[in-house]
Amino acid sequence: MESPKSLEKDLKELRESFRCGKTKEAAWRMRQLKGLSTLLKEKEEGIFDALRRDMGKHKAEAYRDEIGTLIKSINYALANLKGWMSAKKAPLPLGAFPTTAEVVSEPLGVVLIISTWNFPIGLSLEPLIGALAAGNTVVIKPSELTPTCSSLLANTIPIYLDNSAVKIIEGDASVGEQLLRHKWDKILFTGSARVGRMVMLAAAEHLTPVTLELGGKCPAVVDCIPNSRDRTMAMKRIVVGKYGTCAGQACIAIDYILVEKKNAAALVEALTFRIKSMFGDNPRASNSLARIVNRHHFLRLKNLLVDPKVQACVVYGGSMDENTLFVEPTILLDPPHDADIMTEEIFGPLLPIITLNSIEESIEFINLKPKAPAAYIFTKNESLMKRMISETSSGSLAINDCITQFAADTLPFGGVGESGFGRYHGKFSFHTFSHEKGILRRSFLTEFWFRFPPWNNNKLLLLRAAYIFDYIAIVLIVLGLKKS
Amino acid sequence: MAEKLKGTFDVHKAASLMNELRSSFNTGRTRSYEWRVAQLQSIAKLVDEREKEILHALYTDLSKPECEAFVSEISMTKASCKLALKELKRWMKPEKAKTSMATFPSSAEIVSEPFGVVLIISTWNYPLLLSLDPVIGAIAAGNVVVLKPSEISPATSSLLAKLLEEYVDNSAIRVVEGAVAETSALLEQKWDKIFYIGSTRVGRIVMAAAAKQLTPVILELGGKCPAVVDPNVNLQVAARRIIAGKWACNNGQACIAPDYVITTKAFAQKLIDAMKNELEVFFGNDPMESKDLSRIVNSNHFARLKKMLDEEEVSSKIVHGGQWDEKRLKIAPTILLDVPEETILMKEEIFGPLLPIHTVDKLKESFDVIKSKSKPLAAYLFTNRKEVKKAFVENISAGGILINDTVLHLTVPTLPFGGVGDSGMGSYHGKFSFDAFSHKKAVLYRSFAGDATARYPPYTPKKLRLLKALINGGIFGIILALLGRTKN
Repeated sequence: MESPKSLEKDLKELRESFRCGKTKEAAWRMRQLKGLSTLLKEKEEGIFDALRRDMGKHKAEAYRDEIGTLIKSINYALANLKGWMSAKKAPLPLGAFPTTAEVVSEPLGVVLIISTWNFPIGLSLEPLIGALAAGNTVVIKPSELTPTCSSLLANTIPIYLDNSAVKIIEGDASVGEQLLRHKWDKILFTGSARVGRMVMLAAAEHLTPVTLELGGKCPAVVDCIPNSRDRTMAMKRIVVGKYGTCAGQACIAIDYILVEKKNAAALVEALTFRIKSMFGDNPRASNSLARIVNRHHFLRLKNLLVDPKVQACVVYGGSMDENTLFVEPTILLDPPHDADIMTEEIFGPLLPIITLNSIEESIEFINLKPKAPAAYIFTKNESLMKRMISETSSGSLAINDCITQFAADTLPFGGVGESGFGRYHGKFSFHTFSHEKGILRRSFLTEFWFRFPPWNNNKLLLLRAAYIFDYIAIVLIVLGLKKS
Repeated sequence: MAEKLKGTFDVHKAASLMNELRSSFNTGRTRSYEWRVAQLQSIAKLVDEREKEILHALYTDLSKPECEAFVSEISMTKASCKLALKELKRWMKPEKAKTSMATFPSSAEIVSEPFGVVLIISTWNYPLLLSLDPVIGAIAAGNVVVLKPSEISPATSSLLAKLLEEYVDNSAIRVVEGAVAETSALLEQKWDKIFYIGSTRVGRIVMAAAAKQLTPVILELGGKCPAVVDPNVNLQVAARRIIAGKWACNNGQACIAPDYVITTKAFAQKLIDAMKNELEVFFGNDPMESKDLSRIVNSNHFARLKKMLDEEEVSSKIVHGGQWDEKRLKIAPTILLDVPEETILMKEEIFGPLLPIHTVDKLKESFDVIKSKSKPLAAYLFTNRKEVKKAFVENISAGGILINDTVLHLTVPTLPFGGVGDSGMGSYHGKFSFDAFSHKKAVLYRSFAGDATARYPPYTPKKLRLLKALINGGIFGIILALLGRTKN
């Protein structure tokens, strides 16, 4: 736990490291990224162990969602870094010759990454990749709710990365508050809207730009899928997209499903079948289901089912065990729309299915709720796909799958509206931690002499002509042949 | 319809305006290409047809010379409209994104969608341009807009209210006039984006208000823009360009006007002499009577600038100018030499016709001077030396940098225009305006054709191997994994 004094010392060191200019070198940045990659490979067992202890994640899930995606992201950054770092020419009209224009990316300085508990390694290190690639010095504040992961980061990062430029500062909300009192050059925050507001408010004091990756209720519209093979695949993806991703504790996990009334029963049956095949008849004994992070969230989820009107809608699952923080993959059918389970982000393995008279009504239903980090649609109907894309808004949208957009390096990852703003992943990470500086270079040789006072009608005419690049007019006016 | 009366536009009015505009947005009308084009064409028409009234309003508010007003406000606004009209179809098209093995088989694109209802809080020094330019971006991106022009330029503010009501779709574009009370009422609403141009101090207030609603913001703020002059440059050209950027730009009341100059002790006098010469060419030997200089906008700002001049240690540093006339709100182009760093003039953004020159022994010391202040919106360098240009670009952080000239980078639509650090966040101009007011939604299309069963529970060691191969192993690794073996 940091004392205010040691925090000051750390920040001073980070500022000094940035000021001395070493982080601007491509070689330094690549060394850090490679160091991170080595950390992930050499400490893999330790990471698996930490994720199992803190979240009950199986190695395959940990690799798929955290370690593997990080390695992929690092490789992508290493392969593209030189390109990202190079100046980009900005086109100028021909008349502007020999002026040249370009955009240069520069690091922002000392950045703060506030991570969270559901992907404690992934959501700490993915932003770090971008921050380092962009040449910043970094503080990561991991979540205290996943202490083993937090300690692992605190112990391993100093060994593999430049300790004077990257620091892990552990602790709870009070440490977070302390950190937020300081001036950062950028903050990337992943977490809840409630805390997001506090982060942005603190940032406003210092005019620190922020990226807020928040949550929301991600809808999955499930249309009738005629082909049975396709249907099977859709069911697999939905089940893994809900229960197989940190047991539903993910900002982009499916929160609720929308389906046509006439397809509801078949859907419940298909999902039930798939849940059993993925998690077994006794999911309590399954090694493939993450557990709920802590008692507080367990009770929160338990409370969602307390209302008898909601409890009556449970059509599958529903069992819970406070001792092991286990919540069974659960399906509900048509809970009341004003119940908490339909108004708050669930963030757990409870899946409400809402039935509609026609699948087109999904669009309206989704638009009544705040914009979510992601929206999903399973359909072969192209016009419904188009409507979903153009008539709903969400951070991202996936068609016939869920979650995987997270792994795409070329897609920006971020929210909109209540689910946040700003984005990262791939080159978007690089840009989010950079300032894009416009550079214009002029020569002393050429001049529009009529841009200087004293003003007169002639000059005004010339300026009008110049603005529309009407060279003939310019020549005529200069020769005195054209008058207003 | 313009909501004009002071004191009657309160939180309730703001809330009901917001509701009305949200319904407008929800009809989807503003998303169509046709609607956007129609609004942009109307704005271009507005600026064209009503040029005389606009120039008159600008003269009333700022005593802005016609030529300057035409170039810096009318032409720039027209150019912005024209560019948007020309490029809109291209800007609106989804951007294809490559996909990789990690999501194979799939295709992806990035779709631009409007945020929704946006608030643009404009300012007084270029009241037409700095109101309409962001509005153009917001409309191009398909949003519904509320514009709050500055009360410090009241003639332009009411003209904008009147003209926008006449020319554009009132159900989607509105003007709210007023001052602090009206702005506060607006800031309490839940906007989908806020674009603010103004001071650093108010920028903080705007961002804090936005924080309550999790509204993303673009802040175009100010700072002290330095102009570094290397000895041995073409003195006349450099002097002219500095003067043009300072006094021919609303008489120094511009966020990107050179605030102060840094040059070597040996060169300073030569620069001052060159500037004195050119100042006379530009504004005559009695600049207080020149028609080509804007006045100081109002008595508040006049008092602010006078205070800077009156501070002890400052008035003795005046080497040129220094005349003032409170009644006519005029201050002559004034050059000062080596004003002490602790004075207000050297600490705060001047935003007026006072140009301090700070001398150093060696030019490279100028870098430290600049870095000791907060990051400016623009930084200027006059030099012929390649290595100085390189060092400047690499080491000086500013919103934008211009070598061998001042201010002009603002006119290049292919450069992002915005600040960094205390000079702001976010950028606009050209396509950057469209992007500033758009949410870039990632859309991933997945086929049912292929799938990696390795991603599904129940998890097994074999699946783990396969996942490793799939995500990072490449083709060879995948084959090995499928054969039940791994590389390491």
